[in-house]
Parts: sequence; structure tokens; C-alpha cells
Amino acid sequence: MDKILELKNINKIYGTAVKTQVLTDISTSFTDGSFNSIIGQSGSGKSTLMNIMGTLDTPTSGEVIVNGVNTSVMSASQLAKYRNQTIGFVFQFHYLLPEFTAIENVLMPYRIGHGKVTKEIMERARELMSIVGLEKVINNNATKMSGGQQQRTAIARALLNQPKLILADEPTGNLDSLSTETIYDLLRDINDRFKTTFIIITHDRKIAEKADRIIEIADGRINLDIMR
Amino acid sequence: MKLSFQIAVRFLKSSLAQTLIIILGIGVGVSVQIFIGSLIFGLQNSLIETTIGNSPHITITSDSKEKTISDYEDIIKEAKASDVRVTEASPVFDAAALLEKDGESQSLLIRGFVFEQAEGIYKISDYLTEGSLPDQDNEVLLGAAAKKDFNLSLGDTITLITPDRRTVECKISGFFDYKVSQINKSWCVTTLKTAQNIFKADNVVSSIEFQVNRKNVFDADVIAGIMSRAVTSDSELVYTNWKEQNGQLLSGLQGQSISSLMIQVFVMISVSLGIASVLAITVMQKSRQVGILKAMGIQNGASSFIFLFEGLILGLFGAAAGVLLGLGLTFAFTQFAVKPDGSPVIALLIDPQFIVISGAIAVGACVLASMIPARKSSALNPIDIIRNG
Repeated sequence: MDKILELKNINKIYGTAVKTQVLTDISTSFTDGSFNSIIGQSGSGKSTLMNIMGTLDTPTSGEVIVNGVNTSVMSASQLAKYRNQTIGFVFQFHYLLPEFTAIENVLMPYRIGHGKVTKEIMERARELMSIVGLEKVINNNATKMSGGQQQRTAIARALLNQPKLILADEPTGNLDSLSTETIYDLLRDINDRFKTTFIIITHDRKIAEKADRIIEIADGRINLDIMR
Repeated sequence: MKLSFQIAVRFLKSSLAQTLIIILGIGVGVSVQIFIGSLIFGLQNSLIETTIGNSPHITITSDSKEKTISDYEDIIKEAKASDVRVTEASPVFDAAALLEKDGESQSLLIRGFVFEQAEGIYKISDYLTEGSLPDQDNEVLLGAAAKKDFNLSLGDTITLITPDRRTVECKISGFFDYKVSQINKSWCVTTLKTAQNIFKADNVVSSIEFQVNRKNVFDADVIAGIMSRAVTSDSELVYTNWKEQNGQLLSGLQGQSISSLMIQVFVMISVSLGIASVLAITVMQKSRQVGILKAMGIQNGASSFIFLFEGLILGLFGAAAGVLLGLGLTFAFTQFAVKPDGSPVIALLIDPQFIVISGAIAVGACVLASMIPARKSSALNPIDIIRNG
């Protein structure tokens, strides 16, 4: 299987006067179509790692190679385009745009990348909304939905541009256990259907165990790497 | 671009109260600008109209020994042909005489006009309060003040004493009121022929008076120069224009223009600063949204355009509101700030071009002010938003 994401000797140090090393020498790779989870205590550096993998943050040293492309040589504008086309994000705090409706939020990544929404894309957005079970509330304002609905909308949004990689940071972090279960089943289902690679950060071991591979981060290092 | 625009519209709509307050703020600024501008323009216009509306803009006199001009008809032809901006020309014979009645006397300025030509400058008929223009020999018009001082009435005969102590009897054919006491008191208007007869000056005039197009009154000095080069008379002519004679008025007008400009500039600066600070705050308010848009791959340029468009939209609506408010204010001023006769204290001058320029400046200032938040938005790093929730 091809490697979708490769990390080479990633170090991340915050601060200049007082230096805090958050990530130490992390090297690993993820295969295309895999379903991975990264677990760790809070403060272990897992979110920082996700931000670096998503090119939102840059490592102090080391290389991030996504889909064969070294991201350190790319300009801000290239990175923005690249994120838009290749990576879908699902954040813990949903981060929908409250000024837009659910369907408009889902369409946003396409509009950023391509401008005008075509009929096919509109169809795809509707289909994604129905996959996440929200076909009835597509025209609701983002703020007028429950937490679980917002998170499912965010998942649909992450999928719209058919990215090869979805990075999810505690996607069920502030949801109840029933919603959590539904969301994970949904992510697995999408992984099966579209062969999208998932890297999910969580601190919930029960959730992590549903993944094909579990990586545990402790003190900024890979502590455990279990393939199932 | 289209997406940036739509996001800008949504951002503005989502905090509608704030948006309306900003628009109102810009509107008040623009309306003050328009009101003050119209007021100053109106004031200047009425000042100019009062000062030079019914007086010559360019006057030709002679520096010869006799101080008279005999070839005036040729001079008028040449002068009028010299520049299209010259609209009126009138030959005048002016001389002083004494009005005497019941032992009282007063110095009068006898002004002999060719009425068809003088009407263009002085509009004497418009200012007649009684009677009609002189059409017979030895008929004169006197001012309202002279009428009161000497207790005169229409058809009375007055005695004029010339500098060489001759007496001439004239009949009053009418009275005028120019609302200027000096003129009302001392002018005695008659036909050119009568004036020439009174002073035994055959077929000469003492000066030729011109008016130029109202739009070009401030070019009177230049036009006088052109005129002096075009006229080929050998009567030792002297050209004067109203600008030379009204230096104080001119510097007053200039001072007024500058102070009005200053007020307008400062109003605009304060409006711009207001917009810049409010938009800077909206970037903070919307930083979460900008961050997530950037995480999804929106380009820095497009994220700047959101705020530039916000500035543009606020500017356009603000300018429109300002124009309406300004016109309303101006209208209210002309309705409520009135003299006892119902006419406005100052006739405001509404210049569409000025209004369009004021609006355009406001829009430009808004866009310029939105550069600061636009740059902030461009520089915003999504990781700061993602990391801090």
C-alpha cells in the first residue's frame, strides 16, 4: 500500500527564552485507506502532531511528506490550496461558520477551491448530508443545530472535496456516548466506502480500539504503535 | 472574490445592529460633510452674488486728460469679440452733481446708461419700486433713501447743480431700491444722452462696464488681460476688474474655502478612524471564522478581501445614508432657518457633483480604512485559532 503521510524526525519546540519540547523525533507513516488513532494524555503533544500533519503548524525540524510531497518547501498559498484539496479536518469544537447554513458550510471547501458550485457538487453535498443523517436539516443555520448535528455537518464538510486524508482531533470530545458511537460508526463507514485515510486523535481508549492501528504518544514521543 | 464578497455580506448581516450603527456613523459624517459644504458654497455664492451680481466685473476707463472715451462703440465690439466669456457690455457716463431741495443738498452720482445694455448688468427694472425707466430727456431715477431724505414723490422735479455751477431741472420717472444704502442714497440714474447733456460732454463716455459669464467670475483678471490685448483704441485705456477692487472679499472667500476643506477633511479622518477601529474589532470577532476558513484552504488574499468588501459595503451604504441625511438636513435648514419673509437665512447651494465627490471620498476612505483589518486577516494564522479553541 502507498504511504499517504510520512513524518520524518519531527521535533517541535515552543518558546524562545524558555524552550519547551513538545514533540521529540517522531518518525512514522500512514498507509492509504487506513483507519488510525492517536491516543495520549492531554499535554502529550498529540494535537500539536495533528496540526503539523495537517500543515496548519510547522515542525521546528523534520519533514512532513503528504502524498509524496514535502510540505516544508511549499509557500503559504500552495499549502492553503493543498489543504483544500488533500486534507479534510474535523475539529473538536466543530468550527462551523455560524453565519451560514449547514449545507453552505458543507459546500465551503469546494467554494474555496473552485468558486461556483456545480449541480454535481450540490448533489454530492446533499448525499453527504444524508450519509451523516442530516438530510432534513440542511438549511438550518449552523448555530441552530445540536452538538452532534454540528459535528456530523463538520464531517460532511471534511468529505466534500473527497480528500485522501481526514484528520480528526477529538471529533467526539464534547459529545455524549450515544452520539460518540454514532460518529465513530459513521467514520468507519466512510472509511470503508470511500477508502479515505483517517487519523483520529482521542484520549478515549475505548474509541481508539475501534481503529486498525493505535499510536500512543507520551511526552512527545511515540510510546506504543499497535497494528490490529 | 465572489466568495469573499458573500462571506463579507454574511458577516455584516450576522451582526446587523453593529452594521447599522457603523453605517449610521459613516452617514452622519457624510451628511455633516454635505451640509457644511452646501452651507459654505451657498454662503460664498450669495456673497459673490451680492458683491458682484449687479456690478461690473471688468471696467474700462481712460487715463487721458479728459478722462473720457469717445470711440466706445468700437471698443465694445472689439472687447466682446476678444473672449466668449464676456457676456454684457455697457457704456456709462458718470459724473457728480449736487441735489438741492429746500435749502438742503446732497452729492449725487449721475449715471448715464444705455438701458438696453445696462439692464444686462444692473437689471434696473427688477429693482424699480415705483414708476418706470427714463425715456424722455431730463428724466431720472432716484434711490429709496434719497426719496425718503428729500421727501420726494413720482413726477417731482429736482434741481441738479453741476460742478461748473449750472443748474439743470430733471423730472423723477421712478425710484429703485438696490438694498444697498450707499447706492440708494447717491445714485441718480438717467439715459446716457441726458447725462452727456447735463455735463456738456458730447458723445463720450467715462467708462465701459463688462460682465463675464457667472461661472467665470474668478477669471475676470485673465479676461481683462485678453481684452486689453485685443482692443486697439488709442484712448489710454485702463482695465480694472472686480478682483483687484475686492481683495479683502477674495481672501475672505479663500479663508472660508480652506476652513471648510479642513472641517471636511477632519470629519472624513474621524469617520475613517472609526471604521478602521470597528472593522479591526470585527476581525477579532470573526477570527475564529477566518481561522477555520484558512484551515480549509482559503488564500490569504481572499481572506483580506472579506474585510475590504466589508469596508466597501459599509462605505456605499454609509455614503447613501449620508447623502439622504445631508439633503434632509439641508432641506430642514432651508425650511426652518428662515428670515421673517420666509426666505432661507442662507440660500444653500446643492451641487450634485460635490455630493457625488463627498460620497465617493467616503467610500474610498472606508475601503482604505478596511486595509488595516484586511492585513490583520491576511496575517492571521489558523493554528492560533485551532490551538486556542
